[in-house]
Amino acid sequence: MSAVVLAELAYWQVSILRVLGLLAAVLLPSGTIVYLFLFKMMSFMQSRLGPMEAGPYGSMQLLAEVGKFLQKEDLFPDGADRKVFAWAPIVVVASTFIMYTVVPFGPDAWFANIPTGIYFALAVSSVSVIGILMAGWASANKYSLMGGLRSAGQLIAYELPLVLAVLGVVIQAGTMDMQGIVAAQRNGEIFGIGFIGNPYIITQFVGFAVFMIAMQAELTQPPFDMPVAESELVAGYLTEYSGFRFLLFFIGEYATAGAFSAIAAVLFLGGWSLPGIGFDADIMNVLGPIVMLTKMMLIVFLVMWFRFTYPRLREDQLQIFAWKYLIPISLVNIAVTAVLKVAF
Amino acid sequence: MVAQNIFFAIIALAMVASAVRVVTTKNILHAALYLVVVLAGVAAQFIITGAEFTGVTQVLVYIGAVIVLFLFGIMLTRARIGREEHVDGERRWIAGVVALMLFAVMTYALVDAFDTEALDARAVLEPQTTEMVSDAIFHDYLIPFEAVSFLLLAALIGAIVVARRE
Repeated sequence: MSAVVLAELAYWQVSILRVLGLLAAVLLPSGTIVYLFLFKMMSFMQSRLGPMEAGPYGSMQLLAEVGKFLQKEDLFPDGADRKVFAWAPIVVVASTFIMYTVVPFGPDAWFANIPTGIYFALAVSSVSVIGILMAGWASANKYSLMGGLRSAGQLIAYELPLVLAVLGVVIQAGTMDMQGIVAAQRNGEIFGIGFIGNPYIITQFVGFAVFMIAMQAELTQPPFDMPVAESELVAGYLTEYSGFRFLLFFIGEYATAGAFSAIAAVLFLGGWSLPGIGFDADIMNVLGPIVMLTKMMLIVFLVMWFRFTYPRLREDQLQIFAWKYLIPISLVNIAVTAVLKVAF
Repeated sequence: MVAQNIFFAIIALAMVASAVRVVTTKNILHAALYLVVVLAGVAAQFIITGAEFTGVTQVLVYIGAVIVLFLFGIMLTRARIGREEHVDGERRWIAGVVALMLFAVMTYALVDAFDTEALDARAVLEPQTTEMVSDAIFHDYLIPFEAVSFLLLAALIGAIVVARRE
């Protein structure tokens, strides 16, 4: 999708291309994440092979799983609020899809280029809490309700450090535009050394660490998986879901992991830009998505590594960690960043 | 401008329908969820009129925080599924009258202020940027902004004091 080709198409044709691109950008990384990390990496860490039968090295296992979920009956528990129960997974998945719209994958390979991109993404990500609360309540099941409430408490608590960690980057880049943040990292330099630009993981390392921890909690991945703690709550708000609706939640979970890691890649690792190739070069529309996917997978690798390593936190430890440690640390980070921004 | 008017009308109709359902539904949680639709509509209207920053803030603050706290509170206390009795308060007629009067005052104010005069389209054609918002807050309206922050801080401390007294 180079700029020349795009210029010749009508607005609606470009829009259709962007929607198809968005579908690919949501589904391909989440499929890759599930196969690469959930099936294979987890298995290797536990000294087993993982799925091996479907296709070479079990690479077709995902298709088998999706086929299995689609065949299952769409169950509604007795006494459930059917409408809310049915809409809950759609709200979660929709919020994930909308998050992806502001992630740039190249100079022209974006879905929506809005000046408040990162702010928009964080605002939309907070909508998924409503879907989770809807699922927990509408299931007419006390474990589900408990899971929904735990989830909401956790997501509210970790939303703050997430947003505050991003603020450091926004202050340093001087813009909330995702493309602007990529450009700022490309053109930046550290003490006069600028051949790889200034990926903010170096100057904003505290922000990066806080962002990664808060992201882990937002995704409710272990060690922050209190809402779906299987030994206490069966599966939390997911307990009563089956078939296609469970599949939607499942896709939502790993697509959100992809979305957050894409945002982290843009904010801290320099986004799609490659040093040595022009910022607006047409070739970057092809290379950019590959660079982005590589960085996304690197970040998801870290998330999954933590996930398979640490035991689950207790509910009070989880809240104390957010309110007493992460939020003060990120506030100090903002203050220091603002002072240094003015000083240099 | 025509496309914007059409979308404005569609969103406005959806908002009015949801707003009616907020007060007529027999389930308190459904009311909160219909309120989400209304607030999302407000955000969409802000974005259509070019006030993008305000629209996104609307989503983050109202849908992401206020409504979540509503739902949280309702679910912790009374969250029955299905129709509930006594959802409508006894004073609903008075509330209805107040709402009608408020509507009349606002309509009169709008008609009286603008009458038939066409609004300046610049506000829509030149979208408001984040820089404009921050310039306005931290330059022109700095003192009101600080006053409001101080007030909110006082309210926050007050809430903590009230909640801790046991």
